[in-house]
Amino acid sequence: MLTKRIIACLDIKDGRTVKGTNFVDLKDAGDPVELASLYAHQGIDELVFLDITATNEKRKTLAELVDRVAQKINIPFTVGGGISSVEDVRMLLDHGADKISINTAAFNNPSLINELSRQFGSQCIVLAVDTKMHEDGENYVYLNGGRKSTEIKCLDWVREAMERGAGEVLLTSMDHDGTKQGFAKAITGLVTQHVSVPVIASGGGGKPEHFAEILNGLADAALAASVFHFGEINIPQLKSYLLDQNILVRQTH
Amino acid sequence: MKLAVIKYNAGNIRSLQYALERLGIDALVTDDAEEILGADRIIFPGVGEASTAMKFLKEKNLHEIILQATQPFLGICLGMQLMCTHSEENDTDCLGIFNQKIKLFKSIDPLIKVPQIGWNEICDLKSDLFNGVQSGSYCYFVHSYYAEVGSETIATTDYCSSFSSALHKNNFYGVQFHPEKSADVGHLILQNFLTIKG
Repeated sequence: MLTKRIIACLDIKDGRTVKGTNFVDLKDAGDPVELASLYAHQGIDELVFLDITATNEKRKTLAELVDRVAQKINIPFTVGGGISSVEDVRMLLDHGADKISINTAAFNNPSLINELSRQFGSQCIVLAVDTKMHEDGENYVYLNGGRKSTEIKCLDWVREAMERGAGEVLLTSMDHDGTKQGFAKAITGLVTQHVSVPVIASGGGGKPEHFAEILNGLADAALAASVFHFGEINIPQLKSYLLDQNILVRQTH
Repeated sequence: MKLAVIKYNAGNIRSLQYALERLGIDALVTDDAEEILGADRIIFPGVGEASTAMKFLKEKNLHEIILQATQPFLGICLGMQLMCTHSEENDTDCLGIFNQKIKLFKSIDPLIKVPQIGWNEICDLKSDLFNGVQSGSYCYFVHSYYAEVGSETIATTDYCSSFSSALHKNNFYGVQFHPEKSADVGHLILQNFLTIKG
């Protein structure tokens, strides 16, 4: 049986991890490769590197990082953040990224999704969507790292992007992100029901129970960042817990 | 050991090169017939779409070179699929090494997604390729098409139904999953391929 996936996200700036970590055994807490190796060793199923570097000059640093990650890590990883062209994607895949995620640039230029999936295959194109619930009770798409609202409903955009060739959805609920009160069950479940590609839930995972809730039929994978970085959730323990809850995950030890 | 990775238009192979490096192998990535057939081992990678890949192989005459291989040969993902007779992906005639047709997953459950993306178990292991690998070990899969279970099957996996996650005939091996992305299990399988006898 296919397992549910647990994914750790690392925010990257100028080739370094942005948020601190609590791991005392890391020689260099800011080195993404060292942190990624630790997670891989602990049995994380996938990694996402989200680059928040703005300038093109510093993109080279990202390519170097992707290369170092591919050299060291033998599990799949996605690179995202500010990707807006076929050239960006080609460079990242050539350096060893397995998938790339696109967000604002895809919304502003949806044909980019068609182009990318034609050139590189749907399997490596992850649509990242930031969403927030409005007063009417509907979830809408947000852009530019959540700073800009739109009038487009989340489900409508995800459906269009899937038709254009996106192979996976990374859905972040801004209402839940950072709260540690649990993932967004309603919107995640809705998207999972209506699209034929895997859905990764992101935002709000604070306790193992939250992962169990969302992975129980509402999402194919769950992503978190700081709860892993600060050791609030231990990955092997999380997996044992999920197995106890009859949620199939990959065991490595 | 000389290991050739067949170079064609099929996705990124950097991860595969690095996985081989971790095994002490500096792979030669090439589309040259002499270099390919002169190697001790050949790997035929693949991420992409079947008809485009076959067209490219034919343009470079690689389809005939592959059939001439007598050394251990490993197809990965699309590489394995192209070693079968035919693929439903854009109705493509393939190399015909394995007597298998490649079909599209048909999911009737909205919660079973196509493509299959993620970690799934490999079972019924029947080859030296899996020496030291336990049945039920997890490997990383990314695919929408699959080979059915047949006489050449050396590993099975369940998704929608049971399918061939690995095939073997003579010196030819194929795996549907990505050993280069399958953590320690994948490392062991690649290591076995380096020591396997024909």
